[in-house]
Amino acid sequence: MLRFIFTRLLQAIPVLLVVITVTFFLVRFAPGGPFDGERKVDPSVLKALEAQYNLDQPLITQYFSYLGDLIQGDLGPSFKYPGRSVNELIGAGFPITAELGIYAILVALAIGGCAGVLSALKPNSTRDYVSMSAAMIGICMPAFLLGPLLILIFGIWLEWLPVSGWGDLPGDKVLPSLTLGAVYAAYVARLSRGGMLEVLSQDYIRTARAKGLPEHVVILKHGLRAGMLPVVAYLGPAFAGILSGSFVIESVFQIHGLGRFYVLAAFNRDYTLIMGCTVFLAALIILFNLFSDVLAAYLNPRLRSQLGGKS
Amino acid sequence: MHPPHLRAIELLRTLMRQTSPKQTLHRLLISTLALTSLTLMACSNGETRVESGNRDGIFHVENSAEPQSIDPHVSTGVPENNIILALFEGLVSKDPADLTPVPGIAERWEISEDGKTYLFYIRENARWSDGEPITAHDYVWSWSRSLNPQMANEYAYMLFPLKNAEPYATGKMDNFDEVGVHAISDRILKVELENPTDYFLQLLDHHSTYAVPKHTILKYGSKTDRFSNWTRPGNMVSSGPFRLKEWDIYKVLKVEKNPYYWDKDTVSLNEIHFYPIENFSTAERMFRVGQVHKTFEIPLNKVDVYRKENPETLRNEPYIGTYYYQFNVTKPPFDDVRVRRALSLAIDREAINHSVMFGVVEPAYTLTPPGASGYEPPKLISFDPEEARRLLAEAGYPNGEGFPEVELLYNTNESHRKIAVAVQQMWNENLNLNIQLLNQEWKVYLASRNNLDYDIARAGWIGDIVNPINFLDLGLSSNGNNRSGYNNPAYDELILKTIPESATKEERLANFAKAEEIILNEMPFVPIYTYKTKYLLDPSVKGLTPNFMDYYSYKHVTLGN
Repeated sequence: MLRFIFTRLLQAIPVLLVVITVTFFLVRFAPGGPFDGERKVDPSVLKALEAQYNLDQPLITQYFSYLGDLIQGDLGPSFKYPGRSVNELIGAGFPITAELGIYAILVALAIGGCAGVLSALKPNSTRDYVSMSAAMIGICMPAFLLGPLLILIFGIWLEWLPVSGWGDLPGDKVLPSLTLGAVYAAYVARLSRGGMLEVLSQDYIRTARAKGLPEHVVILKHGLRAGMLPVVAYLGPAFAGILSGSFVIESVFQIHGLGRFYVLAAFNRDYTLIMGCTVFLAALIILFNLFSDVLAAYLNPRLRSQLGGKS
Repeated sequence: MHPPHLRAIELLRTLMRQTSPKQTLHRLLISTLALTSLTLMACSNGETRVESGNRDGIFHVENSAEPQSIDPHVSTGVPENNIILALFEGLVSKDPADLTPVPGIAERWEISEDGKTYLFYIRENARWSDGEPITAHDYVWSWSRSLNPQMANEYAYMLFPLKNAEPYATGKMDNFDEVGVHAISDRILKVELENPTDYFLQLLDHHSTYAVPKHTILKYGSKTDRFSNWTRPGNMVSSGPFRLKEWDIYKVLKVEKNPYYWDKDTVSLNEIHFYPIENFSTAERMFRVGQVHKTFEIPLNKVDVYRKENPETLRNEPYIGTYYYQFNVTKPPFDDVRVRRALSLAIDREAINHSVMFGVVEPAYTLTPPGASGYEPPKLISFDPEEARRLLAEAGYPNGEGFPEVELLYNTNESHRKIAVAVQQMWNENLNLNIQLLNQEWKVYLASRNNLDYDIARAGWIGDIVNPINFLDLGLSSNGNNRSGYNNPAYDELILKTIPESATKEERLANFAKAEEIILNEMPFVPIYTYKTKYLLDPSVKGLTPNFMDYYSYKHVTLGN
């Protein structure tokens, strides 16, 4: 297992290098620069600005000096926010986005998992149709619609929950977590239903039932473990997707997370911030995929023995 | 068969009986979570932020974007300016009602007969927010910082009326002693100008001319360090009615009353909290539930609702800005003035205001917004489809025939798109032209305009000072903001030579009108509308006087019903 993790981490290095290189040159070749604005900057001022950010050096020199700084963990100064380093901005935004992501995943697992398992227990029943239709609506409903809808109901009409913020007012974390979790809950529901259906028709489940085990033990102990495998495999990419795609939620609910930095950085051509967020998220995505593979292996005895673990 | 709810209870009972201790624990956890959220729901029914703000003297302001920098010599945008106005004060300030210069850090000033030398007398009780005195030497040091080429201050040109300021700022001269600013004593600042400049006092209320604390800046970095930490809470020292208290990036920036401010007795607010919210709909919802006193802008689709239901909260006042279209005059067909005029005459500006902009703007028939320093620009254009068709035919395109394929460029934005669609339709109906629309992301759009890589483009200009020159400058061939390729030596001479040399105010106003006439006849820029502010303000906020520059004098603001 250790060797598997180590190999995967080694494989990550070239992947990251490709991500860095492609992003670096793509953002540089995009039209418009960080200092373009409605008001044209005086050429002498522009020259001074470019010198301060080393933009007056040849592109290839800038690339290697960026790589050099990156190895030392320095993501550079932000273009848009003079006086703030990219490390500082990511350090400020990431914990918020991660917290939101964890809550959203919990919401997704709680709602989606229950709905999926309940559907699978009685396939093609009304219960199944209702929860799967709800899941379909959840998948199709974009967060920028669901968010304002929930705000309208719980924030403005019922006045139960705050309409925006994160950690400012009591209960302001509920609606963003629900909104972000809802989309993923829908996927989890469909995946866990599929997984459970397949598992429940297996011989060992029949054996378990034939042994006279109570139904809930069959489902929760024997069925769930294998039935949730597709969900576990999905968790890594889902969490990565949540982290890099929380922009809409963060913008609708006014949350000061990483997603807003990232998208605005692209609009602002904040070269270093775009690079910093991309590299950071790419590394996270690789880690999460690895983590979900390890978890899947742990849950799946066949895979575990293949990877040299002892079961 | 039992009814469904009884069956559910039965199922629950069975489940409870058949659970292991571990599962019971899980259930307990879930119930606790549910209970907590219910409790939270119950707590949130209390006082709104606006109500508590009114009680504690805290003004909650939605400020649209995270400030890039609150260093007055680095900052460039409106959200930053809104914060800097609370933190700093100029040598000269503005009357919030009519924007005329009033004493700020300087208690009075004297202007020489020739209008080229100013003596400013700094208040004896002018203090930085750490109690250190503000002196004339601070201004000399600050202006040498603002103008220093190393500082890369985008607004350094605000000080260009000073003698030798431009050569110093552009690196053509190294010795700052030759620039027209000197401290005669701790309290007297002598300023010499290149030419008499009637709007010079106004410039002294622009953040690029503010004094900054030398002792703090040098403590946290070098004089011209843009990346310095001196603007962080705990480090920052300022000169205005408020001082920095807290800055939580992307969340809130808080300022508190400055106990050393010379006019602290006028200041009624204890704190101002600025929230960076890019999404106007989110901001509007926050306003609706009492989380902010003031929004930055109201979404257009909400205007009618507020007008009907809460008209007292809607602020919609004239603002010194023009929304216009510009032609790339360097290539056909827009190198022909008749085509440019025809397209301008075929636009029904009233209709745009009413059907697209919900009546929140003012149709514009001049480049300069009317009323800037007593100047009423000549109104030479109107909606005249008949004349437009005649001009187009004269230019060789009768009934639009043979007109080349051209595109109207705008940056991605819903209201720009709606206006472009309306104008496209007007040109089609009135001139039988088929103009294509092209939207580009902001920076791409800017690059296209800078490189003259467009046919027609939307543009907007907001005045830095209340003076027509700020708008008429756009037509200068040497102005980087012209971006239309328009080049008229007679116009350049009028702006660069004739107007500055005007002997009297009347003569100057007449020359402004002459310049405006040239622009309106040659039509490189097609005025569409004059901006108006459009934001929401809680009725408990008093003393935020509306004015032409949307300038906020926070020290006059009070809260309460």
